[in-house]
Amino acid sequence: MLSIRNINTHYGNIHALKGISLEVKQGEIVTLIGSNGAGKSTTLGSITGLLKATSGEVWFKGQNITNASPSEIVKMGISLSPEGREVFPALTVEENLQLGAFTRKDKKGIKESYERVYELFPRLFERKKQTAGTLSGGEQQMLAIGRALMSSPQLLLLDEPSLGLAPNLVLMIFELIQSINKQGTTVLLVEQNANMALSIANRGYVLETGKVTLSDDAKALSNNESVRKAYLGHI
Amino acid sequence: MVLQQLSNGLTLGMVYALIAVGYSLVFGILRLVNFSHGSVYAFGAHMAMLFVSMQFGIIPAFILSIVLTGILGIAIDKMALAPLRAKKSKGIAALITTIGISYIIQNVLMITFGSQTKFFPKLFDFGSIYIGGVAFNTTQICISGVSLMLLLILSCVIRYTKVGLAMRAVEQNQKAANLMGIDVNFVVTFTFFLGGASAAIAGTLISGYYQIVYPNMGFVAGLKAFSAAVLGGIGVLYGSIFGGLVVGISESFAAAYLGGSYRDAVAFLILIIVLLIKPTGLFGKKGITKV
Repeated sequence: MLSIRNINTHYGNIHALKGISLEVKQGEIVTLIGSNGAGKSTTLGSITGLLKATSGEVWFKGQNITNASPSEIVKMGISLSPEGREVFPALTVEENLQLGAFTRKDKKGIKESYERVYELFPRLFERKKQTAGTLSGGEQQMLAIGRALMSSPQLLLLDEPSLGLAPNLVLMIFELIQSINKQGTTVLLVEQNANMALSIANRGYVLETGKVTLSDDAKALSNNESVRKAYLGHI
Repeated sequence: MVLQQLSNGLTLGMVYALIAVGYSLVFGILRLVNFSHGSVYAFGAHMAMLFVSMQFGIIPAFILSIVLTGILGIAIDKMALAPLRAKKSKGIAALITTIGISYIIQNVLMITFGSQTKFFPKLFDFGSIYIGGVAFNTTQICISGVSLMLLLILSCVIRYTKVGLAMRAVEQNQKAANLMGIDVNFVVTFTFFLGGASAAIAGTLISGYYQIVYPNMGFVAGLKAFSAAVLGGIGVLYGSIFGGLVVGISESFAAAYLGGSYRDAVAFLILIIVLLIKPTGLFGKKGITKV
């Protein structure tokens, strides 16, 4: 479904992605794990068109989407729930969701998306008239994911959805990611919480300083000696 | 006397509010004080005068002026400011550019129309109406009414339409707005059009009120409207409207009770006091980085 081929991305003089290739198949949950600065968010940025890749190609469903604009990417069926949530704080929950469906014109489909999001996150329905800035961190994370779902994406990119959340909320968010996936949305998940990420993913890639150093089934990765040492906290 | 001054002040204030809204809209989206706005206002007044003198009739002249001035606003952004943004240059560069544009517009107006003061026909003159023994000037009522209506339309566009929602999204978080598939460049273009159009309306109304037009008429009016916007909290729409009314009313009372030489000073005095007490302006939001 998504295929990244040997992509390079720079921030000014900094060579952030040094030839990354990865593959996401329809229906999968694929996770990118790695420490701070490994290039996980940069990879997502390069897919969504927020960052311009200097070389390499991104293909989605047989089309070359390298360096397409963010709005084209959303229309193609990829959406991102960004790191740090990035909700619109002075807008209501409902308006935030409405913005998620900004590129869509099918009124009926949009209504179904609202229902789907409110069903997944009943809390958002309770607070739909509240401004997003007044929500708790966990609720804002739900809103960021819900907003990304409003474009009815085929591929959902999640950047650090567990960041800064209490353990019980982390568990809940991961369960929700699984149910979103079961409803037919393919998921590419970037996480520092490698334990949790590998527990729900089909496959995983390990990123180190802008390169893919390992890729395997999630189970195999969680049993891999070096992964356990570096990311899973086992000694 | 007091009622008369209040009526004068409200009329002026409504028009200042219309200009102030232009500063506020652009600041909200780009975090940029557009110092060319005063000249854009003068341009609008001159366009209205031109089309009136060409016997277009006042309403078509009004509409043509609004459209042309809106396009001027877009042109300023596309030709001068967008290239700076594309190069990620510092905010101060864009700020100084707007000052330069202001002089270019003023001088083009001078070359084309001459620098002397020119006559503008009176707008909405239906004599006076008397309510409870007090005379109300219909010109003032109509100017206030038109301004109020336009401010309401503008608020509704921003509050209830899709493009308004996009504007508010871009204002709060440009990166996230981009992610939603909002064309940020279009939102900026639209904002400059709205700013230019409202300046043209204000320019035409004020010219019809004082019955004169001249190329640097936008200098003082622009500064006062800018004070009005800062006073109310720049970037906040209703703040600009409130600020405009404060500046307008204080100006007309100062002219009546302190003498004409103080009329321009009072607005700035109030601005300084408000900023000393509340630096973000009366309704301003915290955490806005200022250039």
